Amino acid sequence: MIKILDVHKTFGANVVLRGVNLSVAKGESMVVIGGSGTGKSVLIKSILGLVKPDSGTIIVDGKNVKKGNRDAFLARFGMLFQSAALFDSLPVWQNVAFRLLRGSLKKTKEEARDIAVKKLRRVGLGSDVADRLPAELSGGMQKRVGLARAIAVEPEIIFFDEPTTGLDPIMAGVINDLIHEIVSEMGATAVTITHDMTSARAIADRVAFLHAGKVQWTGLVGDMDASGDPYVDQFIHGRATGPIAALR
Amino acid sequence: MIRSLASLGASVLGLLATIGHLAIFTTQTISHLVRPPFYGREFGAALLQIGYFSLPVVGLTAFFTGGALALQIYSGGARFSAEAVVPQIVAIGMVRELGPVLVGLMIAARVTSSIAAEIATMKVTEQIDALITLSTHPIKYLILPRVLAATLVMPFLVAIGDIIGIFGGFLVATERLDFNAASYLQNTTDFLTRIDIISSLAKGAVFGFIAALMGCYYGMNSERGAMGVGRATKSSVVAAAILILAANFLLTEAFFSA
Repeated sequence: MIKILDVHKTFGANVVLRGVNLSVAKGESMVVIGGSGTGKSVLIKSILGLVKPDSGTIIVDGKNVKKGNRDAFLARFGMLFQSAALFDSLPVWQNVAFRLLRGSLKKTKEEARDIAVKKLRRVGLGSDVADRLPAELSGGMQKRVGLARAIAVEPEIIFFDEPTTGLDPIMAGVINDLIHEIVSEMGATAVTITHDMTSARAIADRVAFLHAGKVQWTGLVGDMDASGDPYVDQFIHGRATGPIAALR
Repeated sequence: MIRSLASLGASVLGLLATIGHLAIFTTQTISHLVRPPFYGREFGAALLQIGYFSLPVVGLTAFFTGGALALQIYSGGARFSAEAVVPQIVAIGMVRELGPVLVGLMIAARVTSSIAAEIATMKVTEQIDALITLSTHPIKYLILPRVLAATLVMPFLVAIGDIIGIFGGFLVATERLDFNAASYLQNTTDFLTRIDIISSLAKGAVFGFIAALMGCYYGMNSERGAMGVGRATKSSVVAAAILILAANFLLTEAFFSA
């Protein structure tokens, strides 16, 4: 469904992606792991067109992402941002129903609110949260609202950027379970960026390890522990010594 | 010597790049004016934020300036027995120059800074990226409503500022300087011409456009972190103030050069 072919990206003197190749099949949950600053977020932002790659090709369902109607293309995606990226000035329900209040998917205000409340309930939040502002919510609740927004229009492809960053282990577990359940029940294709191994094991069908701007290893999540790759081994066990420099 | 020249060259190139980026940004913003969709709610909110909520600061600034202007003209005019010109000079001073410029600068301080800080914060917290993934163009949703609202509402703010400024001068002149109220008002209305008022309102529209555009431009181009947001806010206000003063000179030249 998603094919990333030889994608390069440089910011000034900082070479972030050095020829990334990756395929994600339809309905698959792919988790991209890797250290901080290895270009994981740049990779998913490149797919969405938020970052323009210097070279390489990204294909979604056989079509180059640079071509075709951009609104129709983006309508197929949902994304949970690392910081949740909720709009401060809008109440929670309007954040969740953002797409349903404008554009091609526009519904009446009542319908949009009903859907928003249903999605909030799906991520474990009551209807009392709907009229609050994002600033009035805890980090975990904001993440759940972000998740509700990502699934509001039931997209075919969902991206999760560091879904458990900044959360306590219990809340991280709640988010992991929600992502796993929602992706399964929607039959969506999911790409998750994380360096949280608990999260990766909970969410992934397949794992790709990004290192030095390239996909160093890719395989089934069950094969990760026996990958035989010293880089993967060091990363998943969190060892300070190994081929990956601890100080970068 | 070579290092100084290199530094100067880099600064000039940086300035030219900023001018180029700003020109592209302005063109993109204007081009969205004729392309649907138009976000009416965001436009309405911007009208309220920029127009209605700026009224107190505009009113107070104009009132005190008009009063101070009357006192200055009276004491300055007394040196050559021209105290009687207070109503005319207050009127012309407020309407042609002080009204639009001071309202423009107050809007730069109040609105440009708030737009830049808001949009810069949205950028560093990935809210702009989120907008794009939700199939919403940031220029259409964030920039155009603010720039259009500021451009349309500023002439009204300037008109209100002009009136309150003249009223400030009137109050000081009649209460402190023993002017006759009826003849003061008569002199004010007789002396002002249509071009004075048109230039004042036109300046308001241009200054509003500049103020909102600078806030949006620097907000959208903010660097990461609190320092990035702070720098974007500061730069937006400085750029807006300088451009408003420069535009004021050009507009005055256009309207009133002999």
